[in-house]
Amino acid sequence: MSRFRLEPSRAHALHFVFGALALVFLAGTAATLSAPGTRALPDDVAVVALHAEPKSLDPHATTALNDFRVITSLYQGLVRFREGSLDIEPSLAERYTVTPDGLRYEFDLVRHERFHDGTPFDAEAVKFNFERMLDPRHPFHDTGPFPLAFFFDAVRSVRVEGRYRVVFELEEPFAPFLSNLAYPTGFMVSPAAVRRYGKFFGRHPVGTGPYRFAAWESHHRIVLESTPPRSPFSLIFRPITDEAARVAELRAGSIDLLPELSADTIASFRKADDFVVHEQVGPHLWFVILNARVPPFDDRRVRRAFNYAVDKRALVEHVLESTASVADGPIPSAFSWARNPDLEPYPYDPERARRLIAESGGIDRELVFQVPDGGSGMLEPVQMATAIQADLARVGVSLKIERFEWNAYLSTVNAGLGDGQHMAAMAWMTNDPDTLPFLTLRSGAHPPGGFNSGYYRNRAVDALIDEAHRATSRPRRAELYRRLARLVHDDAPWLFVASSKQNAVARRNLAGFALEPSFFLSFENVFKREIF
Amino acid sequence: MLPYVLRRLSFLFFVLLALSAIVFLLLALVPGDPALAILGPYATAERLTDLRRELGVEQDPLTRYLSWLARLLHGDLGRSFAFDRSVSELVLERLGPTLLLAGTALGTGTALGLGAGALAAAHRGSVDRMLTLLSLAGISTPAFWLSLIFVLLFAVTLPWFPVSGMTAAVGAGAGSVADVVHHLVLPSGVLALVIAGIVARLMRAQMLEALSQDYTRVARARGLPEAFVRYRHAFRSAAVHMVPVIGLQAGYALGGAIYVESVFQWPGLGRLLVEAILKRDLLLVQGGALVLAATYVLVNLATDLVHHALDPRTLEAR
Repeated sequence: MSRFRLEPSRAHALHFVFGALALVFLAGTAATLSAPGTRALPDDVAVVALHAEPKSLDPHATTALNDFRVITSLYQGLVRFREGSLDIEPSLAERYTVTPDGLRYEFDLVRHERFHDGTPFDAEAVKFNFERMLDPRHPFHDTGPFPLAFFFDAVRSVRVEGRYRVVFELEEPFAPFLSNLAYPTGFMVSPAAVRRYGKFFGRHPVGTGPYRFAAWESHHRIVLESTPPRSPFSLIFRPITDEAARVAELRAGSIDLLPELSADTIASFRKADDFVVHEQVGPHLWFVILNARVPPFDDRRVRRAFNYAVDKRALVEHVLESTASVADGPIPSAFSWARNPDLEPYPYDPERARRLIAESGGIDRELVFQVPDGGSGMLEPVQMATAIQADLARVGVSLKIERFEWNAYLSTVNAGLGDGQHMAAMAWMTNDPDTLPFLTLRSGAHPPGGFNSGYYRNRAVDALIDEAHRATSRPRRAELYRRLARLVHDDAPWLFVASSKQNAVARRNLAGFALEPSFFLSFENVFKREIF
Repeated sequence: MLPYVLRRLSFLFFVLLALSAIVFLLLALVPGDPALAILGPYATAERLTDLRRELGVEQDPLTRYLSWLARLLHGDLGRSFAFDRSVSELVLERLGPTLLLAGTALGTGTALGLGAGALAAAHRGSVDRMLTLLSLAGISTPAFWLSLIFVLLFAVTLPWFPVSGMTAAVGAGAGSVADVVHHLVLPSGVLALVIAGIVARLMRAQMLEALSQDYTRVARARGLPEAFVRYRHAFRSAAVHMVPVIGLQAGYALGGAIYVESVFQWPGLGRLLVEAILKRDLLLVQGGALVLAATYVLVNLATDLVHHALDPRTLEAR
C-alpha cells in the first residue's frame, strides 16, 4: 500500500523542484529554435550601434555626436560639407552669394522640395527654423533649449524675399557662418511638425534628409526608412551603452556597423577577415593647456621646452594604438584648406628641452597637471598624462597628476586655471578652423566668459584671429590661419599632442560607407553586397 | 493579520522618506553641474547661469528637497533632462523588464537551490560534496564576470542566444513572447545561478535540521519509507523556513539586476539608474531609486505574509 503512495509523492516533491527548471530550459530551447534569427541580418537593413540612447532628434536641441549620428540621415541644411572634406557646397540652397562686406548672405533654395510630412520646404520654413532658435518671443522658442544657438548669434535678421529666396543679415562679419549652417544646428526641421508636436518634436523628427523617421522604441531601437528615389532600405540604430556588449554584438553578427571603438579594441579587428576598419582624421585636437599667467609657463622657453620634451609619436603609437595623428599646432589637419603645409610637429628632443629649461632658470617645484577620468573626445586621458609625466621626469621636471570626474573637471578648468593649476588636458572638436582659436586663444576670451583657461595673451595672435573671424574670402582666411598656426606653434601656449582619427568597424558586406571628416555618418549610398 | 499589514505599510512610508533624503543628500554632495552636462563643454557662462536657475540647482538642497517632496505628493517625479521625458513615465516603462528579469531569476534560482540543498542533505557523501562545491562556486563567482563568460560562450562562440537586449531589433517575430524568452535565458540564468548557490547552502542546513527533528524520527519509527520522510515531511518543513531567505534573495535579484542589466543591455530600471548617475540626472536617480526601494520593501512584505500564512506561529511571535 505504502509503495503506491510513496512513488507519486516522491515524484511530486522532485517535480516541484525540477519542474520549473525544466520548463525554463525547455522554453529557452524552444525559443532558441523558433525566435527570429539574429545572425543573418536582412539585405535591406543596416543595423548601427549607438553609444547611448539619444536625448533628442531635434537637431537644434542637442549637442551630442551620438545624436548627430542619427540626425544627419534625417535632415539637410542649406549647405553641407562636401563628401570627404570640410569644404562647403550647396545643399537645400541651390546657390548662395555673400556680399563683400560679409554682412549679407543670400540663398536661392531648391524648388519643390518637401519635408517628410509632405509640407513644402521654402523660404518661410527657413525663417521659422532660425527664429525658433534665436528669438525668445517666437511662439515655439519654448521647444528648446537650443544649446548651440550661439552659432548664429551674429544673425540680425532672416528675410524672406520670394518663395525660394532667403536673406540673412549679420550684425558683423562672421567667417564660420557657412560652416555653422552645415552643422546640425543649421539643419532644417519641418515647421508643421514643430507646431504639431511642440516640445516633443525631438521624438517625432521630420526633415528633408535621405531617410525618414519610422519608429523610436526607447532604449531599444530607432528605425529610419529610405525615401525615394532610393529603393527601400532601412537603418536601425541600437543604443548599447556598454562597449563590451557593442563589440560582442558586432562579433556575433547582429549589428553591421559600430562607430568609435577604443584604441585597444580596434586593434583586434584589423586582421579579422569578416570586418573592415574605417578610419578618418577629424577636426579634433587633444592638447595640454599651460597656465601662462604663472611661472614657469609665463616664460615662452619653458612652454617650448615642454613641447620638445614629450614624445608625441610614442604617445600616439603606444598609448593610442595609432588611432590618432601627432598634432602640429592649433589648427587640426582635417581642415586641409586652412592648414600650414610648412608646419611640422615639435620633434622629440629632450636635450633641447633641458637646455631651454636651464636657460629659463630651471623649475624648482612640482607642477600640478590636471586631467579628467574620461570625457567627450578625451581619448585615454589618464594613460596619456602618465606618459607625459614620465617624459617630463626625464628632463628633470616633476609633475603631480590630479584626476577629476569629467563634469567636475570642466567646471574647474573652464573657470580658468588658478595659481596652483599649472597644466590641464583638454580636447575640442570643431567644424571650422575659426572656432578653437576664437574661443580659446584670444585675450578677449579669458575666463569668465571665454575658454582661454591658460590666460594666453599675444596681440599679434589676437589681430590675426579677429581678421580671420571677419574675412569671407576662403583664400584670405586660409592665409591668415597659416600665419596664425605658425605664430601659435612657436609661442606654444599649449602642449600640442594629437588629433584623433575617428574609427568604425563594419561587417565586410556593408558597402558604400565611408567616414566623413566632419565626424558625421552618411548612409545615403550604403547597401549590402553578397560576399562569396 | 490586517493590523500587521497596515503597520508594515506605514513603515514603508518612513523607509521611503528616509531613503529619498539619503539619496538626495548623496547626490547634493557629488561634484558636477547638471547645467554643464546638458549644455556641453562649449556652453557660455551666461547660458549656464540661466539653465542653473531654470533647473533650480542654485537653490539650497533643503529647499530643492522639499519642493521635490511636494511635487511627489501630486504624483509628479519631475522631468529627466538626459532623456527629456517625464521621470514617472521612464521609470514605469523600465520597471516591467526589471521585474521580469528578477522574477525569472528568483523563480529559477530558488527552484534550483531548494532542489540541490534538499538532495545534498538527503544524500550525504559524494552527491553532497559535489553540490556543496557547486553552490560555493555559485556564491563566490562574481555575477558580472559570469555574465561576460556567458556572452562569450553562449552568444558569440556558440550562437545559441542573443548577446543583449530584450527583443531582437530586426526580423519576423521580433518582440514575440518566444523572442523575449530567448533574450531572457542568459541574464536570468546568471542571476539564478548565484541565487541558487545561496539558497542551496541554507536549504541544506535547514533540511539537515529537519531530518534530525523528533517528528522525522517518529515518522521513521512508524515505518514510513525514508524517501517519504525526507521529501514529504522534512522538505516541507525546511522549505517553509526558507521563505524569508527567498525574500532576501528577491532583494539580491533586484540589486544584482543593475549590473547584469548593464552587461546584457536589458532595458530595465538598473541600467536606467546607471545611465542617470553617469549623466548627473538627479531627478531620474531620485525617482528610480525610490521606485526600486519601494518594490524591494513590498516584495519583502509579501514574503513575510506568505511566511506567516504558511506558519502562523511566526505571526504570533511578533
